[in-house]
Amino acid sequence: MTDSPRSSPSVPRSDTLPGSHADESHHLPGRFAGYRAVLASRVRSQRSYRSNFAIDLASSALVGLIELAEVWLLFHQVTVLGGLTFQQVLLVFGIADMCNSIADLFVGHCDTLPKYVRAGTLDVFYLRPQPLLLQLMTSDISLRRVTRAGVALASLVIGLSINDIHWSVGTVGLLVLTVFCAAAIFSAMYVWAAGLQFFLIQGAEFTNAFVYGGRYAATQPAAVWSTPLKVLFGFVFPMALSAYVPALRLLGLPGPAGLPTWLAWCTPLAALWIWAFALFMWRLGVRHYQGGGG
Amino acid sequence: MRAAGLESLPLLRRPGTTGAIRAYLRLFTAGFREQATYQMAMFGGLVANVTFGFLKVAMLFATVRAAGGTLQGYDIGTMSAYIWLSQGLLGSINLNGRIDLADRIKTGDVAVDFLRPINIQLATVATESGKAIFALVPRGVPSVAIGALIVGMSAPTTPAPYLLGAASLLIGITVSFSTVYLVAVIGFWLIETRGIQIFYMVISGFFAGLYVPISLFPTWLLAIAEATPFPSMMMYPIDVLTGQVTGVASCGLVCAQLGWLGVTLLAGHLLTVAGRRRLEVQGG
Repeated sequence: MTDSPRSSPSVPRSDTLPGSHADESHHLPGRFAGYRAVLASRVRSQRSYRSNFAIDLASSALVGLIELAEVWLLFHQVTVLGGLTFQQVLLVFGIADMCNSIADLFVGHCDTLPKYVRAGTLDVFYLRPQPLLLQLMTSDISLRRVTRAGVALASLVIGLSINDIHWSVGTVGLLVLTVFCAAAIFSAMYVWAAGLQFFLIQGAEFTNAFVYGGRYAATQPAAVWSTPLKVLFGFVFPMALSAYVPALRLLGLPGPAGLPTWLAWCTPLAALWIWAFALFMWRLGVRHYQGGGG
Repeated sequence: MRAAGLESLPLLRRPGTTGAIRAYLRLFTAGFREQATYQMAMFGGLVANVTFGFLKVAMLFATVRAAGGTLQGYDIGTMSAYIWLSQGLLGSINLNGRIDLADRIKTGDVAVDFLRPINIQLATVATESGKAIFALVPRGVPSVAIGALIVGMSAPTTPAPYLLGAASLLIGITVSFSTVYLVAVIGFWLIETRGIQIFYMVISGFFAGLYVPISLFPTWLLAIAEATPFPSMMMYPIDVLTGQVTGVASCGLVCAQLGWLGVTLLAGHLLTVAGRRRLEVQGG
């Protein structure tokens, strides 16, 4: 496993960071000063390996482009798929992938948890007087995702401008609400998966099925799904509610069976549900953990 | 557990007694548990493969139906065969660019490998390919079986595609590791190869035909894909195994695979010889 040289050696080193920086920056709101100092150090450390950072940014943009190309390749063969044209699906892809990239930027590295557990370095997190989840979230910030979010944002902007959208306070409100809720939903996906890692350790791929499968699912027109997929990625993990259903609503299109478009206004409920689930799984995992020994 | 320390003493003195048997039992249990953990990993991988498989079924079947039943030579049955075989091969073909050797080059541990009386390139490719072929049992076969049972797929009725397909599959797996080996040995010059590894991960799956069969690519993109070793890893073996490509054309695909195997092995050999002179081992 090519573990990035910046993340693992920096774990013990960061012990000293929050405290020492918090003292210097007492003008900041005290509670968050430590996290800010840590995040700032992560940003600096990533930018200091300049050529690697440039490659990271470029490959992350390439990931976004290739994901978009996969969608385009299918629409290149047929004009309408799952009731949407390529112009319309740009909107679904844009919302889904942008919000997922933002979630990935802040909490995506939670899936490195099994590495900390196996190496025993997680115990250090328990020693600090800060919530474990917040520490894990701020243990890294994957700046390279910025370019992938940029590709998705471009797709979203193009989708918004070339489609016939009836703009009103309602549609603008729905768009803003959707972006926030979708980012929250995708963040929760990483968190529940991290909670389950305490039990799985080697079985990280089990959660990938839903986290990354969900990411893939969120960019699809859900009308093509079978009923089990609609249940799993429509409601249990509310992927269709995060981008596809709101996009239908924005476009003024009817929803497929089982996914009426009034559900577009229910994304906050979906976000609440998945966060409740995520925090429950996280608590379960943290309570289950008994230390790495040593 | 209370008397663990005391038990271990007679165990050292008198091997072959009940204490020793108990120790072996403990080792056996530990080994069993370890294996069970990896089974969990294999099971997790299988769940991921199958979930992605169903999502691909939804999208690609809808595309085939929207195209009127056939899409660039694929119908529902052959598209299903493509989906489940490609998902099944995921555990056996290296599409992430990660390989242990890269770390050994970065740390300088590879110096020890050079001291061993074996060819480092062939040893690496052989070991990795062996692991990959094992992964066909817990991940490959169940993926294809689940797809065949739940979704259904078409399969060739003559033996030729299976025989040539098996050979093509082995070559494909080997090509994936002889290519990843190149990513690792670039580390002799770059030290940190993570960027290249990520680049490999991004383009390999796309050009190998993991997401969409490369025959759906527009001509210019297909030409680019065919100029890389990636279709040889996954797309060609699947085309041969499923009978999507038959006769002389299927032999042509296997020849292309052999060509890429030769090219990547030769490049790997040259880079190893040159890189060995560049190797810097830090520390005392």
